[in-house]
Amino acid sequence: MSVLIFIDQSEGHIKKSSYEVLGYGAAVAKQIGTSAEAIVLGAVGDDLASLGKYGVTKIHHADAANLNSMDAQAYAKVIAEAATATGATVLVFSNNVNGKAIAPRVSARLKAGLVAGAVALPDTSNGFVVKKGVFSGKAFAHISVNTAIKVIALNPNSYQPAVTGGTAEVVKLATSVQPLVKVTATNKITGQVPLSEAELVVSGGRGLKGPENWGMIEDLAKLLGAATACSRPVADAHWRPHHEHVGQTGGSIAPNLYIAVGISGAIQHLAGVNRSKVIVVINKDPEAPFFKAADYGIVGDAFEVLPKINEAVRKLKGA
Amino acid sequence: MKILVCISKTPDTTAKIAFTDNNTKFAQDGVQWIINPYDEWYSLVRAIELKEKDAATVIHLVTVGAADSDPIIRKALALGGDEAIRVNADSHDSFYIASQIAEVAKQGAYDIVFMGKETIDYNGSSIGGMVAELLDRPYVSLATKFDLNGTVATINREIEGGEETCEVSLPVVVSTQKGMAEPRIPNMKGIMGARTKPLKVQEPIAVDALTQIASFELPPAKAGVKMISADTPEELVRLLHEEAKLI
Ligand SMILES: Cc1cc2nc3c(=O)[nH]c(=O)nc-3n(C[C@H](O)[C@H](O)[C@H](O)COP(=O)(O)OP(=O)(O)OC[C@H]3O[C@@H](n4cnc5c(N)ncnc54)[C@H](O)[C@@H]3O)c2cc1C
Ligand SMILES: Nc1ncnc2c1ncn2[C@@H]1O[C@H](COP(=O)(O)O)[C@@H](O)[C@H]1O
Repeated sequence: MSVLIFIDQSEGHIKKSSYEVLGYGAAVAKQIGTSAEAIVLGAVGDDLASLGKYGVTKIHHADAANLNSMDAQAYAKVIAEAATATGATVLVFSNNVNGKAIAPRVSARLKAGLVAGAVALPDTSNGFVVKKGVFSGKAFAHISVNTAIKVIALNPNSYQPAVTGGTAEVVKLATSVQPLVKVTATNKITGQVPLSEAELVVSGGRGLKGPENWGMIEDLAKLLGAATACSRPVADAHWRPHHEHVGQTGGSIAPNLYIAVGISGAIQHLAGVNRSKVIVVINKDPEAPFFKAADYGIVGDAFEVLPKINEAVRKLKGA
Repeated sequence: MKILVCISKTPDTTAKIAFTDNNTKFAQDGVQWIINPYDEWYSLVRAIELKEKDAATVIHLVTVGAADSDPIIRKALALGGDEAIRVNADSHDSFYIASQIAEVAKQGAYDIVFMGKETIDYNGSSIGGMVAELLDRPYVSLATKFDLNGTVATINREIEGGEETCEVSLPVVVSTQKGMAEPRIPNMKGIMGARTKPLKVQEPIAVDALTQIASFELPPAKAGVKMISADTPEELVRLLHEEAKLI
């Protein structure tokens, strides 16, 4: 018996969401009285043994070169086989882009019930029940898993891992899979925090009038080390790139702080951001629906208010 | 080229979310049902575009649902597609639904299976991966672009902070999202034509559900917004620093 955690990496670097699942998986292992092990695929530059500080005892590393980029079919096969070899009864993934591709395949392969989008530790007092987000952030469901093996995909930014100290034993895992999906090009926005991993997000809507006015949004994001986002009409009008679009039909994010500037707060926009811990709304219309979902609000013209905010942050940061 | 497009039924994006039966069932009273936006705007429209380029393409639609899914699948047929299959079963278990779709996909020997990135009600993002695994086919998820060159597909997919281009030989299972196509509205000819397109109803295969919804819960209401005067925006910065301790 064990808990097996999938560590997701990109270009050899372990993703932030992987630390969350490591801590989460270790907590699940403690809860059900077993040990936590982890698996990582592809070449990794970061030190794996030190991940023991999150509470995992062993890390299986399949470092075949053909696993450097994610192929859901090959990854699922390797992970499912490792799960069987280690006798895992719970598998933990991040519900990030890769987790969404791999976890369902592993679930189907092992006939193991999946909870995708988990937001809390399982309740094992009566069966195995996991809380997850449903209705695009507007509600939660408690899902009861009926199978001997369980698969959990944890929503990013919904679990704070505890660091305990300790090192993990790293063992090499031989594989013989042949990925069929070939990655031919990667187009990553460099020098910016990826939106899905960002703890702070500054977002702009149609109230900003045009792409030429995004300088003040970018300034604030830069000062805070935040990512930038936008409402759908802004992406539709090509003022901002598609991947910045958040909401029901765009990305769904859960940062610690979401600053919305010139966004009305339509229900479809809120669906993508209402899991944010603190929401700040800056809008010139006191009736804007966003204020109802906000923690802090300023009724005012963004073109007057935002430069002053940027100045205050600059002072605060001593920049 | 044979394409299978998965169509699911979801509450309208503005539907009020409430629960009945001791918080175990979604309150359906007064809810407007729509085609899940990803299925309609991206999967279906992209399939139609591929057929417009190559008339030999056949598009079938599949939904797993009870008879109340018929208006949704007819609406999808009005946009495009040659015929539809409804598997007569009502389930919220992803593995159960995926098993039904995989069975239909096997019977029809489709080259491409398209599904949406996720349903906007249950937010599983799971059906695609499960169907691909059950069919033992490659899966490209969260795709923003899909082009065909003979039997090789070139697909852009989302990665953290960007996109990746990949190549894969058919058959393939693909989940779609924004970028894939532009939403369309059905025209009169499509609506009239949809009435006579075949809608086959078939019984489900026997599969055990792996999960069950025990109960629902609404998030706690926000404590209320703290307003700051537009004359002193620096006060916001102070509060975020000292009170919320976020910056
Ligand atoms: C099926 C469906 C799915 C959808 N999915 C999404 C989605 O995923 N994401 C999304 O965002 N939307 C989505 N929408 C669209 C959504 O309904 C809204 O139309 C959209 O969010 C509005 O964007 P906005 O707030 O930027 O623009 P607007 O609604 O035009 O609001 C602009 C706001 O800026 C304020 N403003 C104007 N000037 C200033 C100024 N100088 N200073 C400060 N404030 C100012 C105005 O008071 C107003 O509140 C969807 C719609 C549908 C039907
Ligand atoms: N009942 C269903 N019938 C047909 N397709 C479905 C059904 N449920 C989900 N799908 C498809 O699978 C996609 C992802 O759904 P999910 O994994 O539930 O978030 C949807 O966008 C649909 O394309």
